[in-house]
Amino acid sequence: MATHQRIDVSKTGDVSVVRFQDAKILDEAAIQELGTELFALVEFDNRKAILLDFDGVEFLSSAALGKLITFDRKVKTAKGRLKMCGIAPGILEVFQVTKLNKVFDIRSDLAEGLAAF
Amino acid sequence: MAEQPPAAAWQQSIDLPSERGASRLVTDELLAQLGTHGWPSDEIFAIHLAAEEALVNAVVHGNRLDPAKRVRVECHVSPDVVRLEVTDEGEGFDPETVPDCTLEERLESPSGRGVMLMRSFMTRIEYNAKGNSVLLEKRRGEPPASEQSAGDQPG
Repeated sequence: MATHQRIDVSKTGDVSVVRFQDAKILDEAAIQELGTELFALVEFDNRKAILLDFDGVEFLSSAALGKLITFDRKVKTAKGRLKMCGIAPGILEVFQVTKLNKVFDIRSDLAEGLAAF
Repeated sequence: MAEQPPAAAWQQSIDLPSERGASRLVTDELLAQLGTHGWPSDEIFAIHLAAEEALVNAVVHGNRLDPAKRVRVECHVSPDVVRLEVTDEGEGFDPETVPDCTLEERLESPSGRGVMLMRSFMTRIEYNAKGNSVLLEKRRGEPPASEQSAGDQPG
């Protein structure tokens, strides 16, 4: 079982629910670790249904966006499904400005996110 | 009841080392000052985001993490205006050559969003001719640079 520093992973049915340990995702070293831990969910754990729950996340930088994009690609390449939920209004605006809301499957909250699988 | 007099503007020059995580040396105090000057939380989010992008750009892309180079940051915070000027010692770049990250073919590129985020969240963003210094300005309640017509923009 992998040890995670940046994320917390639990299972609800077949869905792996991933929460973030940091309210502000901007420290570059932390973002590198976050990427490594997220990618391992697909590349080592072979998880196919992943819900990123952003509840409690207040801030993220464009470097963190980069990791999310790469993660999304890895999940799609592995024929898995990735959804996101619980995104704060400011971060949602970041996704809208960068049009990443077209790339990511975004749901309002945990219940809707789980129901979407 | 007498109105509270506006807090005096906070102005500071900060010299940053070119190392990862250096942006905190500016943003911690900046966020505290924005709160003191009564900025609302959604605008604090916007300013924090733009500042972080400008500082990381200067340290990582401008100075390329060279320990011999510094990043100079001039800060001004008042109740109505926030101004940050971030200057690195790098070769500079032309912000016009940064490809539009919202184009279909660029949407999934993992980098290249910093300048766009600054334009979308600040009232004014201007680079110097060399491209190693960026001026970011936020005026309370005014639309972001990206929503102003091209005629309003200098140059």
